Order: sequence, then C-alpha cells, then structure tokens
Amino acid sequence: MDPTPGNDDADAAQVPLPGTRSTFSLDINGTARTVTLDHRTTVLDALREHLGLTGAKKGCDHGQCGACTVLVDGRRANSCLLFAVAQEGARITTVEGLADGDRLHPVQAAFLERDALQCGYCTPGQICSAVGMLGEAADGFPSHVTPPTATTVPEGPAALGAEEIRERMSGNLCRCGAYPHIVRAIEDVAP
Amino acid sequence: MSQAPQPPGAPVVRREGREKVTGTARYAAEHAPPGCLYGWIVPATVPGGVVTATRTADALAVPGVHTVLTPDNAPRLEDPDDPILSVLQDDRVPHRGWPVALVLAESLEAARAGAAAVRVEYRTTGHDVVLTGDHPGLYTPEQANGGHPAVRERGDAEAAFASAPVRIDATYTLGGLHNHPMEPHASTARWADGHLTVHDSSQGSTTVRDSLARALGIDKDHITVISEHVGGGFGSKGTPRPQVVLASMAARHTGRPVQLSLPRRYMAAVVGHRAPTVQRVRLGADREGVLASVSHEIVTHTSTVAEFVEQAAVPARVMYASPHSRTAHRVTALDVPTPSWMRAPGEASGMYALESAMDELACALGIDPVELRLRNEPAAEPDSGRPFSSRNLAACLNDGARRFGWHERDPGPAARQEGPWLLGTGVASATYPVLVSKSAASAHAAPDGSYRIGVNATDIGTGARTVLAQIAASVLGTPPENVRIDIGNSDLPAGSVAGGSSGTASWGSAVHKAATGLAGRLAGRTGPLPPEGVTVTADTARETGEESPYARHAFGAHFVEVAVDSLTGEVRVRRMLGVFAAGHILNSRTARSQFIGGMVMGLGMALTEGSTMDPVFGDFTENDLASYHVPSCADVPDIQAHWIDEDDPHLNPMGSKGIGEIGIVGTAAAIGNAVRHATGARLRTLPLTPDKLLPYLP
Ligand code: FES
Ligand code: FES
Repeated sequence: MDPTPGNDDADAAQVPLPGTRSTFSLDINGTARTVTLDHRTTVLDALREHLGLTGAKKGCDHGQCGACTVLVDGRRANSCLLFAVAQEGARITTVEGLADGDRLHPVQAAFLERDALQCGYCTPGQICSAVGMLGEAADGFPSHVTPPTATTVPEGPAALGAEEIRERMSGNLCRCGAYPHIVRAIEDVAP
Repeated sequence: MSQAPQPPGAPVVRREGREKVTGTARYAAEHAPPGCLYGWIVPATVPGGVVTATRTADALAVPGVHTVLTPDNAPRLEDPDDPILSVLQDDRVPHRGWPVALVLAESLEAARAGAAAVRVEYRTTGHDVVLTGDHPGLYTPEQANGGHPAVRERGDAEAAFASAPVRIDATYTLGGLHNHPMEPHASTARWADGHLTVHDSSQGSTTVRDSLARALGIDKDHITVISEHVGGGFGSKGTPRPQVVLASMAARHTGRPVQLSLPRRYMAAVVGHRAPTVQRVRLGADREGVLASVSHEIVTHTSTVAEFVEQAAVPARVMYASPHSRTAHRVTALDVPTPSWMRAPGEASGMYALESAMDELACALGIDPVELRLRNEPAAEPDSGRPFSSRNLAACLNDGARRFGWHERDPGPAARQEGPWLLGTGVASATYPVLVSKSAASAHAAPDGSYRIGVNATDIGTGARTVLAQIAASVLGTPPENVRIDIGNSDLPAGSVAGGSSGTASWGSAVHKAATGLAGRLAGRTGPLPPEGVTVTADTARETGEESPYARHAFGAHFVEVAVDSLTGEVRVRRMLGVFAAGHILNSRTARSQFIGGMVMGLGMALTEGSTMDPVFGDFTENDLASYHVPSCADVPDIQAHWIDEDDPHLNPMGSKGIGEIGIVGTAAAIGNAVRHATGARLRTLPLTPDKLLPYLP
C-alpha cells in the first residue's frame, strides 16, 4: 500500500501540501479538462470521482479485470493502472465518448442487439476494449493465436475469426458469462 | 421494437441496455454526493482472537483523514438480524478479514493511506479452519439452507446398498468458491432531515431497508434503499452485507455522506462464499441400472458467526426413483468467513457429485449414461411422493442428445485422439426448484393512455425491467413501450429478493395481479380518465402463502465435448449444449443470456475456480481476480442453450419457472464426465486443473 502522505480533495478547501498535488489538463473525449489532483489519483479515479464520468468501472483496481478499460491515444489501457498526472497531453476516450450524439458506435449497437451484456458492469470496458482491439487488428498486431508469419513485420490487417476475438478479448472479464454473445457482437462489426 | 402487443416470450431488447452500453447506467458507488467522505475498511490480519488495542493516531495524522471508526467510537447497533452485520461492536475477531476499523477520508487515496496507518494489536486464540470429512466438530444441524430438513430417510438405504448387485461408493471433494460479481459490494449513504438514503449494490433493497431499520433502530419509513443498477450478485448481494451497515453508521456519525466500496481483495472474507463440501454418494442398482438405493451424505463448514449449511444433498431428494434413500448434512463451525449463497446453493455442488456418480454407475454397467437416467425417472417426487407439476428431464435428455449428436458416441474411455488432444464427451442432468416469495406491485393508467408499473424488483443483470414490462403489457393489451416500469427503490411496493431464481415469478405475479386489477377497473369505466389517472395495487400474500400440492422444479440436461492436452493436462471445452425445461420462457433473448451465463460459471467451477483455505493464515489464498480464475473469453466456446416449452398450469399466471441458476447445475459434472471419457481418469475433486490430470495422462 502506498504510504505517501496525501492531501484531501480540492473541494475541501485545505492548503495543498507542496509536491503531492498538481494542476494539469487532461484531454477527455475531445475536451480539455483542467484538474487539480493528488499524484496518487489514477485515471480511473479521476474520471469517476472528479470528472463525473462513471462509465469506466472499477472491478479490481489492480489491472486484473479490464472493467476500467479506456482508450489512450486510440490504444486500450487499464485506467486503474495509469496515474492521471502522467497522462497530460494524452487523448483519453471513455465509453461516454464513443457514440456520435444519439447514434451509437457500431460496437455499442452490436452489443445491444446481441444481448452481449447482463449486469452491464463489465460492458463499458468490453466495448472500449473491442474498439481498441479492432484498431490493433487493423494495424496488423498479431495475437497469441495468430499463425506465425515469415517476418515479424505485420502483413496487413489481422483477420478476426471467433478464436482471434476470444483471445484478444480475454483481458476483460465478464462474470455474467456474456462471452459467447460478446464474440458474436464483435464478429458483426469486424471487417 | 414494433408498436403492437408482443406475444409471450418475444425477444424484447433489454430496457436499460442503451444506458449500459453508453456508460450512463449508474451503480451504487456512482452517486458521490457533494461533500462525500470515502470509507476504507481495516480488515483483521489474524484468523481468530480479540483486538487488544487499535492505535489511530498515525492514521488521523494522514492529511485528509477525517475519522477512524473502531468499536470504541462506532455507533451502537441494535441486534442485527444477521450477525455478519454486527460490525465494530466489540473486540472479537471471528475470522481473518473481519472489519476491525473503518477509515473515513476526503479522498480515496487518503482513506487508503489512512487504513494502512491504523495499528491494530491482537491477542490470538489459535484457529481451526480446515474442513475434513471426519472433523471432530461435525454435528447434524436442524436444517440446511432453504429450510430443508438436514436428514431424510426412506426405506433402509444401508441394507439395500449392501445387497445391491452393482454398487458405486464415491467421495467427491469441492473446495470453496467465490461469487465475485464484477461490481464490488458498495454503498453510498447520506442522512438528511432524519432520513437515511442509501444506494446499495444489493439483490433486494426492501430486505436491505428492513435490516438497516432493525440494526440502526429506526423506523423503516425513515430509510430509502436504492439499487437501480447492480453489477451482478450471484447470491453474494442477496442479503445486506457489512458495507451497507458501515456506510450508514459512518454517515450518521460524521454527518457527511459516505461512499464505501469493498476492495476486491477484501471481498472473499466479507461477502460470503460457496462452502467447501465433502460428499459421499452411494448408489446401489440392479444389472439393468435400476436404482435400489441412493445415499448422499454431505460434510461442510460454517463460521462461528452464523450457521449456513450448503444443502447439497437436497437434489438427490428430487432426481431419481429409488425405494431406499438417505440424504444427510453435517456441518462444523470453523474460524472461517461466513459462507452464504452462491448461484444455485445446494444444487450446484450436490449435482456435481450425484451426476458424477450416475456416470460412474453407467460406466460400471456399460449402459449409456442418458439411458441410465431415463431408466430411473420417477413417477412422483421421490422424497415427498408429491406429483410433479411438470417434469421434462427425459425430454431435455433426448432433445439434447439429438442436437448434440450424442448417439454416435463410442462409450470407451481414452479412445479418441487428435494430435496431442484426447477427446471426450459427457452428459449430466440439471434441476432447480421453483421458488416464489410475496411481493407487491402497483399499476397505474394515465389519461394519455400510458401505463406505469411500480414494484421493488432488482435487475442484477437478468433483464427484470424488460420482462416485467412484457408481463404488464400483455395483461393490459398494449405494447411494452407503453409501459413505464419503476424498480430498484425500497419506497416502491415491497419486492422480494432477486435470488433463488424466484424474481420473475414473485414480482411478475404481483405485477400480473395489479395489472389485471387495473384492466378490470378500466373496463368498467366510461369516459376519459381523471387527471390523476387510475391506480391499483396488489400483493401476493395469499397466493404465496399456500403450499402447492405439487413438486415444482425446472430440469435440464448438459452435453459437453472436451479436449484434454495429453502433454500439459490442460482441459479445453470445445462444445457445450444445454436443454432446459423451465415452464414458459418469457423473453427468449434475455433468457438465453441467463442460461449461457450459468453454464459459463459452471465451466469455471469445473476447470478454473477454487478458493483454497490456507491452514496457517486462515484465509482464502485466491482472493483477487489474478489468483481466483473466473473464466475468460478464451476459455469459453460457443455455447448453445435450448429449451422445451412447458405448459404447466401449477406455477403462476405467467407459467414460468426460474432460469437464473439452473444453467450452473450439472455443468461441472458434464465436464468431469467428458474428461473421464477423454482420458479414462475419474477425478473426484474440482477444479480439473492440469496438475490434477497430469499423473493420469499417457
Ligand atoms: S479495475 Fe482496472 S483492471 Fe480491474
Ligand atoms: S455483463 Fe455482468 S459482468 Fe459482464
């Protein structure tokens, strides 16, 4: 556990201890947000407790479940493992930033149509992860189950069959067991 | 969605689905009111004893820490209805992980640092945490969970077993299991003008409100508990857990709103688990496989805080005909966390053993395991003699066998190989009782032609809102879109808990009754409705107070194909197919998700999940999601769930049986039976991890 003395929230109107808090700007869903945060605050807690964005979920706070998945510069990341103060300048996209107004992102629409959720607690992480994963595959990133190629250089987009999707989505746990429908939903959207 | 009334069972899309996929659905820890304090529990670090001193000065010196609650300054509770809620009341430590202090701070970071700075001293008293089949503390309880008698006997099971020509006598050992819903238990509590409002991650907020009223010694009317969206529970949120009492106490003590979430690693000790069991099954049969004697004897543990007895022998009272039977539970109270409900308590563990034993019998006799089960179909419920309201186990087995291609199966063990993979198939039956509890509902017709239903149901992921709207809409002859549904708030008409697969039956019966009453009132009217509309309320006290003359259960059959890596011992499930008979299915889309979800959890029980009690430290070793392996996407194949529509007039107005739990029942046995078929190795303990299998592989 981190024993560093911290300070309380900015709202509590106490004098910040020098060196334990910073004021900085985060780019969240295309909007610059200025925050003053404890250096120990993760991106996940910044979103949930300071910015009113509770879409990213806290399932473990230890990088074990994927419920907190967001996109950082377009790549998926567990936001519970990122210190907010270190993300100045990064573009962070949360589940709240995926839809275009009332029009759902295709992955969101597919999840709804395939009933790829039950309690919904893992769902924002699954959806952000799927969006990030589709980008990785498009960029030719191989996975553990991708057949080896002659070179280590990506040879164009990776094809996404069910096995590839299962492998690439295994960082996001779903205790409701929605996996078969999650895989179908992503298959619907995959090129 | 169309604008016409929908037929029963229509695959109506989940009502709150859009909120869930856009991240706007709010859960219990997502309501932080202004000025909120954050709580962090300090768990006991010894497995038994008393706290001799709690030093809080260092914690209080952490910037941002507001208060540290300990038994010395925590508000007194009246005698709570569940002793696990009696937190911070005395210095006793009944098990490791028991909360001994609560730190409240202005931020999560400060709360966590503060909790780390609390110094607790203990006097330990020694501990006993390991369940064994011959533990000296074993006793026969009055009852097992669910109010079932601990022991039932029919005929002379011992003598009939001794004289049976074919006998199976096998002992199955299951370790602890944890529910681990993805949303950790959380509560946000605030007091305003003498009224306590709590957002709680719970499976039934009426129950939470009533428990809080009793524990805090205040009137129910002064408490509102809201469980609008709940991130799973699987039984672990079925009754209030300590966090809701702690948050409420802390809010009262500090005069500030308090948000308290359990860190994942603390959950294993605080929110319940499926108790380990040692299960001896004895089956005595003739050479045609007809059972003469069925004995199922359970040994399990509970804590010293409360008695909870996993009713694992109960399904043997339902499943197969036999003139002689003995089903019995014994339990010992250890210095362990208090066990509780985990999806299909009793049935999930008990059917693992019984359905594995049936497979052993089929192998011993050389009879097909589907056929063996068909030969032992009872005419009435074996234990009670009551007729079944409907029983379609045979139809599930036959339909599943046909869909799966079971009959092409070569019964010989360890006979199919594909590279390093040994292939096998297995089958097991499933059962789950039809339960129903009293609920109330209101139905309101507005002058604009729309309707509004109120019932304190909880949607823990089942699709309760959706199906209740469908039920009301079908009674009122209107499209479901025209029915607004309010659930998840204890100010609504009282609803029972989302547990025991009883939610839809319980709330749905009340909704059906209120909507029927409303339809009757509207039919008797002429002219426009008054501006305030028309409201009818109803409850099901009378209907649920009567005992049914029928034995009412859902049944099912699981078929599984596995591949076992002969080099590493890894088991991969290739195919899973379940067929269920659970009355009328009320929404095919959400029902399929529930069946599949149960089967996935059964796969975890079979292959990946287990909580080991550490004999020295006295806690569960696998206490986070890195060590407790819930199945991941790559573990789960495409799963098929099918059902047989049953027209059972003895259930409820919808003709439905519960579906939330039966998917997990029997799954682990089917997988174990398939592993035996693949490898020839009969393991009688779960999970089937490579270390257990390797010694048996070529
Ligand atoms: S909350 Fe970040 S991985 Fe679980
Ligand atoms: S939908 Fe409940 S955990 Fe995935």
